[in-house]
Amino acid sequence: MSQKRRDRLLRELPLYVMIVPSFVLVLIYSYGAMIGVTIAFQKFSPAKGLFGSAFIGFNNFINLFSMPNIWTVVRNTIVISLWKMGGGIIVPVVFALLLNEVRQNFVKRGFQTLVYLPNFLSWIVLAGVFMDILSPSSGIVNRVLSALGAAPIFFLGDKFWFPITMVVTEIWKGFGFGSVIYLAGLTGIDPTLYEASEIDGANRWKQTLHVTLPGITSLIVLMTVLSMGNILNGGFDQIYNMYSAAVYETGDILDTFVYRLGIESAQFALATAAGLFKSVISFIFVVASYYLADRIAGYRIY
Amino acid sequence: MKIKTSASRKVFMTFNFLILTMLSLMCVLPFLNVLAISFSDKIPVTEHRVAFWPVGFNTAAYSFILSQPAFMRALVVSVQRTLLGVAVNLILIILTAYPLSKSREEFRARGFFSWFYVITILFSPGLIPAYLVVYYTKLMNTVWALVLPGALPVFSMLVVMNYIRGLPKELEEAAYIDGANHVQTLWRVILPLCAPTLATVTLFSFVGHWNSWYDGMMYMSVVDKYPLQTYLRTVIINPESFFRNVTNVSTNIAVYLGLVNARTTSAAQLFLAMIPIMLVYPFLQKYFTTGLVLGSVKG
Repeated sequence: MSQKRRDRLLRELPLYVMIVPSFVLVLIYSYGAMIGVTIAFQKFSPAKGLFGSAFIGFNNFINLFSMPNIWTVVRNTIVISLWKMGGGIIVPVVFALLLNEVRQNFVKRGFQTLVYLPNFLSWIVLAGVFMDILSPSSGIVNRVLSALGAAPIFFLGDKFWFPITMVVTEIWKGFGFGSVIYLAGLTGIDPTLYEASEIDGANRWKQTLHVTLPGITSLIVLMTVLSMGNILNGGFDQIYNMYSAAVYETGDILDTFVYRLGIESAQFALATAAGLFKSVISFIFVVASYYLADRIAGYRIY
Repeated sequence: MKIKTSASRKVFMTFNFLILTMLSLMCVLPFLNVLAISFSDKIPVTEHRVAFWPVGFNTAAYSFILSQPAFMRALVVSVQRTLLGVAVNLILIILTAYPLSKSREEFRARGFFSWFYVITILFSPGLIPAYLVVYYTKLMNTVWALVLPGALPVFSMLVVMNYIRGLPKELEEAAYIDGANHVQTLWRVILPLCAPTLATVTLFSFVGHWNSWYDGMMYMSVVDKYPLQTYLRTVIINPESFFRNVTNVSTNIAVYLGLVNARTTSAAQLFLAMIPIMLVYPFLQKYFTTGLVLGSVKG
């Protein structure tokens, strides 16, 4: 028995050795940071460190939620991310349905090649491109608008237009690649269903309504549920690179707020508290979304 | 399947084609505009005469940028962090995915380790604690600050793990009976079969590292150590600053300044930063697609 046990441990040992490097790094950088959230409850000073700073309970949170602009920031985050979630589901689905009607494979591939492109570029490059083309004085978009007789629009500097621009450009970046999953789902629909519906006298539109859409409904539900976890992610990469003080009122989101508070103003404890507030709510949403995805669609991440 | 082409179908297909063409153009025209600007003379650019084709074609913006140490330094940092980062990611993905692909009988700690990694996807402690860990582990201003905090991309690891679990069990059993240990099984049996999924996660890592800018901004206190994307941020936020910081006096700046301005040089830099992505773009389309489907739709 003990011989058998030793054999088994010996057989497992290499598995432990393999997993140790990533275990240690994740322990330090992910779990270390998780322990670091305790500074949200401290009167933190970097010199005294995590273990030397005094605990002050929920004072940082009380201060945070008495900041005049915090609720504006929370509202902006939710408004922007809800629009992005909605558009991020509808546009790829519609695009996939339209593309699915194209029968020539090379035409299909051609369209795909063009629309997938923005997805792979960083928001830095894209912000550079948008700042150029959306510029009210020299950008090509406003030149087209003025040729049509419209007044120039300050897309990135106007409180009304900024969040709209963020939502549209985010959907623009992701819709092509977002459609991949639905296209995969569409190819999986049983062709005999189309034949049967044709015999029953259904035209293409009826087929789309009664065969194609039901065929990908579970995928749409799954993607909707999974996107719920992003409710407090307004899109830091995008917004931080395109916003300015002029549009804080409608464009400042939790992540940009935390960044300015923490890194730019060095209010570590307050910024950590704001970050923790976001993390806890996101955690609840992410766990709920995975739970629902498992229950509804049998999706599991592992 | 046979398709009847009725009149209404033809009308629909025409409209469909138009809509798809419009959407595709929307995705590329912004880039064409900026590309055209980067190859244009500065006069037509300031006069707003450039649309999608260069006016007064020249490559001065590019040769000017490539002569500037600020750009080249950032490029070197980016290449370094990408090579190092992708290598570290790939090694750790393999070394973690293989043990976790085992059943609970073969690797009794599997349950513990699985949760250990999955929890990091569910809960992210936020930016300040992450920053402080890098600070306390003395990685500030080193390339490791851009590599170690994300050393194991957990999602990619799960994709590879699921792929290995999907391989026929008999292969491993045969190797075991032939006397192979875990290292030999992984190296000789599993890895060769994982090529497509490893290609996918390598591309994920490559794009991730190349495009990442935010860690450079947080962990590098001097602009000289910024990776390319972080450096580009300073350019796009304030294009004129680039000209104030022109340092290479040996190049004939006067010649360049006759041809380029802040807008053409910004455009040129954006394009240079896109080149590596464009180079792997054909592979991205092929492997990202399979990878995404692998990772997302399974029972």
